[in-house]
Amino acid sequence: MKHFIKGLVASAALSAVVVGGQAAAEEPVRGGTLVTVIGTNVRNLNSSVQSGIATGYPGSQLFASPLRYDEDWTPQPYLAESWEVSEDGLTVTLNLVKNAKFHDGVPITSKDVAFSVEVIKENHPFKSMFAPVSSVDTPDDHTAVLNLSKPHPALMLAMSGQLMSIIPQHVYGDVPIKEVKTHPRNNENPVGSGPFKLVEYKSGEHIILERFDDFFIEGRPYLDKVVMRIITDPAARAIAYENGELHMGAFESLPRIINRLKKVDGLSVTPEGYGAIGPLDWLAMNTQSGPLKDVRVRKAIAYAIDKNFIQKALMLGTSEDSRTGIHPDSPFYSADVEAYDVDLDKANALLDEAGFPMDGDKRFSLTIDFGWPGVKPQVEYVKAALKKVGIDVSVRASADFPTWAKRMGQMDFDMSWDTVFNWGDPVIGVHRTYVSDNIGKGVWSNTQGYSNARVDELLDMAARENDPEKRKAMYGEFQQIIADELPVYHTNTLPYHTVYSDKVGNPPLGIWGTSTPIDMTYLKK
Amino acid sequence: MIRVMYAVLLLLAVLVLNFSLMHLAPGDVADTISQSMGGADQEVLDQIRADYGLDQPFIVQLGRYIGGVLQADLGFSFFYNQPVTKLILERLPATLLLVITSQVLALFLGVLLGVISARKPNGISSHLVTFLALFGYSAPVFWTGILLLIGFSLQFQWFPVAGMRDVTISGGFWVHFWDVTRHLVLPTITLSSIFLALYSRLSRATMMEVLGSDYVRTAKAKGLTERQVVYKHALKNSLSPVITLAGLQLSAVVSGAVLVETVFSWPGLGTLAFQSIIARDTPTILGILFFSALVVIVGNLLTDLALRLVDPRMRERA
Repeated sequence: MKHFIKGLVASAALSAVVVGGQAAAEEPVRGGTLVTVIGTNVRNLNSSVQSGIATGYPGSQLFASPLRYDEDWTPQPYLAESWEVSEDGLTVTLNLVKNAKFHDGVPITSKDVAFSVEVIKENHPFKSMFAPVSSVDTPDDHTAVLNLSKPHPALMLAMSGQLMSIIPQHVYGDVPIKEVKTHPRNNENPVGSGPFKLVEYKSGEHIILERFDDFFIEGRPYLDKVVMRIITDPAARAIAYENGELHMGAFESLPRIINRLKKVDGLSVTPEGYGAIGPLDWLAMNTQSGPLKDVRVRKAIAYAIDKNFIQKALMLGTSEDSRTGIHPDSPFYSADVEAYDVDLDKANALLDEAGFPMDGDKRFSLTIDFGWPGVKPQVEYVKAALKKVGIDVSVRASADFPTWAKRMGQMDFDMSWDTVFNWGDPVIGVHRTYVSDNIGKGVWSNTQGYSNARVDELLDMAARENDPEKRKAMYGEFQQIIADELPVYHTNTLPYHTVYSDKVGNPPLGIWGTSTPIDMTYLKK
Repeated sequence: MIRVMYAVLLLLAVLVLNFSLMHLAPGDVADTISQSMGGADQEVLDQIRADYGLDQPFIVQLGRYIGGVLQADLGFSFFYNQPVTKLILERLPATLLLVITSQVLALFLGVLLGVISARKPNGISSHLVTFLALFGYSAPVFWTGILLLIGFSLQFQWFPVAGMRDVTISGGFWVHFWDVTRHLVLPTITLSSIFLALYSRLSRATMMEVLGSDYVRTAKAKGLTERQVVYKHALKNSLSPVITLAGLQLSAVVSGAVLVETVFSWPGLGTLAFQSIIARDTPTILGILFFSALVVIVGNLLTDLALRLVDPRMRERA
């Protein structure tokens, strides 16, 4: 009860910040060193050639993007002070701020925007973000016009910090575009456009950033320095939050640690702010293999599994219910689909109907895979739950991630526990799991071998629909179909949480976690 | 000379064998890169494989790699986007610091405890030493590590939780020296706890044997004090087996460091090795194996030298 009240107060305080803006909260102060943490090794600091949350955090501080997002998914001006989508949706015009400079003092121009788009198109892992951008016109230094081959609403979220960073052509343009991903200045002496510049990056140890005094937003950033320590062990991170060595960290996902940290005085632990990252846990089913070809078998499996047990007993109440491939915090999420509350009679009836009668205490056998040790409890639970309806499940462990990834990519599995991210717009992170032209193309493609002409059609239409309401309706129908046909049984969100001490003002709780500029974050005096 | 040639051949064999083993494992670095990016389109994966030559037949990849090594080029890390040599040289000092301090601590404490318990083999202190040593030896290091963290970083906030230095402090050499020392304490205790048992047990046994020998009796008959006999006459002679064992343990120290470094986020080769194996970053793993082999070879050399120092008979033989 105490925690509940604490949570209420925290969320009330949060909404006050959201409603009243900064005026309602206390006045931010300048100065100080914020000590934060990254839980995995950082491969590359240049977020225009490397995606992922480990790069997103430092990348969004070093490099600015055209847009940024508030808590309500509304785009805000950033490097683009205004923007305009043409009537036919085929051109997007960005009007850049005029005083923006790179960290080496050279002004940021529309040429750099055009260059960055080209680099991302060639190197970034998510081709869908900028594929429809056929060319970028630069009528003057502060106007960039993106010409599209078809209307492309996903571009708006693709222009935020996690996914698009503006890099200087005069620094990274000295190698062929394709080789920017291995440019030596990605990790050493990078020249960025964001609120902080690099002081030192020691792989496996830390990233140190300092305030860029010529940042284009007057008076920001508030912090003098940001330290990002790299601590890969979650237990060590938890102790470091608790004894005050760390001010802030994000993407904590172990339920036990989250619940323990919630009880620590002086720390706030919140699941707010991960809508656009959109991490979802689910049970993937290979719709081309054996009994799973039959939708009734897949439904029976869903009815036999108690989601509530997964959310309450395994995730200890830290994760949210999620029913479709779109994260519940997304404006496109629709909960108006079959929820598959546990119902063993229904499951048994469906299996009988599908022609798999009970023989003794067994109907047929299936395997289940998992790619990392953290989800073993879920997998063991599925095995136990399905035994009750006569499905004999054997658990196949993988030695490590690549072993599992290979199996998934080649569709060499019956069922698997999986975690997949939305990455902003559904076009970027959702479509890949369900469209039929992405079957069996590596891990996190349509590994389920699912194919439905109406789904293909709906997703294709939604990808080019600029009217949010119409788009929402299309995704609504899509979510109903996949919940009905179950290529994937969606169970819960991955419980990403941000941990921050009371000393931190304005922690990044927008939609991108810490993969967003923290120029507004400050340390209380 | 022949020994050097053997060493080089052995090193090459280690590289070829490990390269083949890595190749046998399913999946490759393109998969882990894709993991680090939250997924990637097939086109991008193919591009990564082509960039790193992973689409070439096994024998071509092996030939290229060995060819590079023969020209003193350990290659380019797929995962970290850096030359392997640079990556390893950045991490090597941290590991050496940890391994050497814990080895020295384990040796010193181990021999001391061994001698103490050898003098009164059935005394209370002897049993206590045996208990402590066995406890350290049998407790898994990650468990010892976490327990120490909870005790001395959380309950008593004496030592920092992770890493090798506090980047927020500034000051001269001694400030940083003190800072690194503070960070070093818990990992060193953890790592040395495994070896403490070995050294104390071994030095206890040899010390008891030496204490029963004729020349010790002679020394005692000469009227020397117990202390002089034990620490001056007997200790020197009981040290050789311990030093030999310490030399043999060097490789184990490097592998033990993997776990300790991971628990304490120590920025050394151990964490790098662990993460590179998970990431299927073949050039980095092979580079680390190469450097570890070098460390072991150098360590054995140093062991030989140390043995000569304590045992004059070794000098004559050479």
